[in-house]
Amino acid sequence: MYNSSNLKKGLKIQIDNEPYIIVDFQFSKPGKGQSLYRCKLKNMINGTILDRTYRSGDSFEKANLEERKMQYLYNQDNEYYFMDQQNYEQVMLTDDRIGDSKNFLIDNLEVDILLFDITPIGITLPNFVNLEVTKAEPWAKGDSATGDSKPITVETGYELRVPPFIEEGIKITIDTRTGEYVTRVKE
Amino acid sequence: MASRETNIRLRSRIIRYIRDFFYEHEYLEVETPCLIPAPAPEAHIDAIKVDGLFLHTSPELCMKRLLCSGHSRIFQICRCFRNDERGELHLPEFTILEWYHADINYSKLMNECQEMIQSVAHRLEKGETINYQGMEIDLKGPWQRISVKRAFEKYSTLSLQDALDSNRFDEVMVEQIEPRLRKTGPVFLYDYPAQLAALSRLKHNDPTLAERFELYIGGLELANAFSELTDPDEQARRFRKEIQDRECAGKTLYPLPEKFIRDLGNMPDAAGIALGVDRLVMLFTDTARIDDVVCFTPEEL
Repeated sequence: MYNSSNLKKGLKIQIDNEPYIIVDFQFSKPGKGQSLYRCKLKNMINGTILDRTYRSGDSFEKANLEERKMQYLYNQDNEYYFMDQQNYEQVMLTDDRIGDSKNFLIDNLEVDILLFDITPIGITLPNFVNLEVTKAEPWAKGDSATGDSKPITVETGYELRVPPFIEEGIKITIDTRTGEYVTRVKE
Repeated sequence: MASRETNIRLRSRIIRYIRDFFYEHEYLEVETPCLIPAPAPEAHIDAIKVDGLFLHTSPELCMKRLLCSGHSRIFQICRCFRNDERGELHLPEFTILEWYHADINYSKLMNECQEMIQSVAHRLEKGETINYQGMEIDLKGPWQRISVKRAFEKYSTLSLQDALDSNRFDEVMVEQIEPRLRKTGPVFLYDYPAQLAALSRLKHNDPTLAERFELYIGGLELANAFSELTDPDEQARRFRKEIQDRECAGKTLYPLPEKFIRDLGNMPDAAGIALGVDRLVMLFTDTARIDDVVCFTPEEL
């Protein structure tokens, strides 16, 4: 259990059996009065926002959350499948829970799946992923007309801008947090 | 908006000008111990324990004992320590200015407080209007005074009595009244309900109210003051109630400050006030966070 002095932005607590994360937090204490902990909480399943003012002495259940390492298997329509490497269980996340992460999912990629009780609700990718360039305009050395970056497509269908010397068929490292090119992968 | 470096330099000047005001007004500067055996029992203020003693949450008890031994005008600028108080406007260790003036009441103290702050503003060459967080604040007096009851009538959806009965006084202050006070320039909120002023004298024509006031400027709660209670039995009774409230809330119990209560019998009539120096610096440096006016926050250590 948490108590009021544990409250801070980013803390995950359980209210009415649903997981919430504190997205905004303000401590107030007027004069000689009570401490007030004013929180904005976001439901981690459906995204709704709650405003709550807590007092000193209030206590909170920790959210029943667990992060498990899983491997990405495949996707079908709007459903993305992952396998727990320990017990071979499969879980599924829908498109809206995956969000932009879908741009970086390749076969067997190891990810962290966030589970609330037994329901998968979120995904965290490794910071860097190596993806193959599937579409890029060829680069002629010495060609200064292309400027300092060009658009390409990688194997997941994701499009981004990279330096002009990047060619089709090679692999590049992308920072999954920003979606930006980091470097060429040297084989 | 100035950088922290600039704020620290301004802070140094502000403290010097505060001192100058009190020296010019024949106050004696005192230093009283930070480590004490018995903090003033308050339901909502928690002292930090050190080896069987406590760090003071305010120098009040020692300073009032000094009034009892014949000093009539004293002031102190010192550090206070309050457990679990950390936020945009709070640090667990912060700087307080406390001053006591014998033979005046809280109304005259409001005048003195206003004069002191105006004098600091003047020495800082701020002019009569200062800018704080996008608001223009006119420091020219006399500053507005409004009773707590009237503030509730004007700004709150709950009446004062209902707020007290439902234990929502603080919530209403923070959520409804303080934000509205932001817009009114410097304002003294006075005559608090008696149960919210353990060390204050009660109004003789209305004992449900205490002669307590608070100063707000630009929405910042700057100072807390009262006509001092000088009746030892009444004080002991009120301390016991605070201790009981702490017990009900499962908080650490503090010993009754016996020597303070004993000395209280010799205390002259007086009024006293505690002002948050860090917050005053915030006001004059136009910053919204207390972090920006101190050399180090606890997290930076």
